[in-house]
Amino acid sequence: MSFLQRFSEKAGKAFEKGKPLHFLSSLYDAIDTFTLTPADTTRSGSHIRDAVDMKRIMITVMIALCPALFFGMWNVGHFHYIANGIDAGFWQSFGYGFLRWLPLVVVTYVSGLAVEVTFAQIRGEQVAEGFFVTGFIIPMIMPPDVPLWIVAVATVFSVLFAKEVFGGTGYNFLNPALVARAFVFFAYPSVISGDSVWISHAPDAVSGATPLAILVNGSAQQMPSAMDMFVGTIPGCIGETSKIAILIGAAILLLTQVADWRIMLTVMAGGYVTAALFHITGTCPVPGYEQLLMGGFLFGAVFMATDPVTAAHTSTGKYIYGALIGILSIVIRMLNKGYPEGMMLAILLMNIFAPLIDYCVVQRNIHKRQNRTKSIHNSR
Amino acid sequence: MSLKKYLGPLSSDNPILVQTLGVCSALAVTAQLKPALVMALSVTVVCAFSNLIISLIRNTIPPRIRIIVQLLIVSFWVILVDQVLQAYVYEISKLLSVFVGLIITNCIIMGRLEAFALSHKPWPSFMDGLMNGLGYGLVLIVVAFFRELLGSGTLWNIPVVPHAWYEAGYLNNGLMILPPMALILVGTIIWIKNSKTRRAK
Repeated sequence: MSFLQRFSEKAGKAFEKGKPLHFLSSLYDAIDTFTLTPADTTRSGSHIRDAVDMKRIMITVMIALCPALFFGMWNVGHFHYIANGIDAGFWQSFGYGFLRWLPLVVVTYVSGLAVEVTFAQIRGEQVAEGFFVTGFIIPMIMPPDVPLWIVAVATVFSVLFAKEVFGGTGYNFLNPALVARAFVFFAYPSVISGDSVWISHAPDAVSGATPLAILVNGSAQQMPSAMDMFVGTIPGCIGETSKIAILIGAAILLLTQVADWRIMLTVMAGGYVTAALFHITGTCPVPGYEQLLMGGFLFGAVFMATDPVTAAHTSTGKYIYGALIGILSIVIRMLNKGYPEGMMLAILLMNIFAPLIDYCVVQRNIHKRQNRTKSIHNSR
Repeated sequence: MSLKKYLGPLSSDNPILVQTLGVCSALAVTAQLKPALVMALSVTVVCAFSNLIISLIRNTIPPRIRIIVQLLIVSFWVILVDQVLQAYVYEISKLLSVFVGLIITNCIIMGRLEAFALSHKPWPSFMDGLMNGLGYGLVLIVVAFFRELLGSGTLWNIPVVPHAWYEAGYLNNGLMILPPMALILVGTIIWIKNSKTRRAK
């Protein structure tokens, strides 16, 4: 390691101010801090609560995402070979899914970091670590066959308009990964909705309808069992299918206290209560808990809603924020047949309202305290 | 009288980019070039001639009822423009539908009447209205150019994206057709403009 460090230090001289490679200094800085120990660690930041710095938080989130990612790779290959009538082993399926995922993640990082580096250079700042998680999540919430140029356009759009125009990492009020998905959803609906996009390179005759699509238009016989949905052997986005893998990720996030349990809990509670109400009134044929196993609900609850930058910051606010995400996502799913996946839209909507929730909570606290001092004064 | 002093609305004092007036219609009618151009011309005509007439009678309007008088004159021109559009370009008139009528409430027109025509002579008022209408139209055309090119793959209803691109997997951007993207485009133009003027200073 030490010779690498010496080399990096030596190479770094060429990027200093006034030297020919100065225009690439943020790129050098990003590689240097990500691979080697940074000279100075983050001391204050947008969401630092203790000695853990931003880089550790980001790497923990990426580790927590890995179980869902590995299962997703296998699942992509699994459905590809089933649809084409080929009997494939575990490693063959896994390898196929890995090769579908690899170009996606490379394209995401290259296009997103290009924007980040450009802006860091213009502003004279360092590249923030925020994009490493965003770029890791974006391929996981896309269908396996999404064209690479669309991923690149969506990534550039979301980094530029959801993050950089507001001041970069820590200042974005929308989750950039979800903005990228929403961009694809509204700009190129044919690659991310319908029944044919969820299985990689399937023959035309095979329908790869997700459970949510079956719920909207299909019959109850086509519906996979709750166990299949829990294990994850259903068609869907790369990272969202396996609920077991996502729960392992959730455990990692909660044990390391990177994500907040209040948000995860209230999203699930809000979603379950709403889904149960729809089931009781007869609008929804499946029981409430099955709604939580469908689509990206759990993935959104664990990895998206808990994003510390875009979520509510006060404790009371987190309960309200989480519950409303759960309620709204099921309401959008059940009442708007055009948007079978309501989780993305619910989280984005509540991202916008999170500052307002925080403001109301803080104001209420101030009023309560003012009234208390008043009553103490009066009783004297 | 030099023309140069009226050119402000086209660049440094643009009604949409600097004063952020008239944004609503800029978002609504810019999905294609043709309606955007017709809308730009309509607003220019209404703005210029309303300014002219208000300026002509500015000394006879009782200040307390001036808004009503202004509205009357603006609606007179809007109805005239609407009738002309229905007679000669019926298809586009149908496409623009309610937005021609809504020119009456366009903030740019009321703003120019209040801020300029009430206190200036007819010829400068006419030029001011004309240039503000053109400044509005310029932004509309730029936004509509990108929205039609990227959203429908056409310009002036003529396909410009080669067929081979579609076969290679290119898709039109559906978000460009929707109003939110127009807002982002207008924001981007403001962004580019601001960063340029700041550098100039």
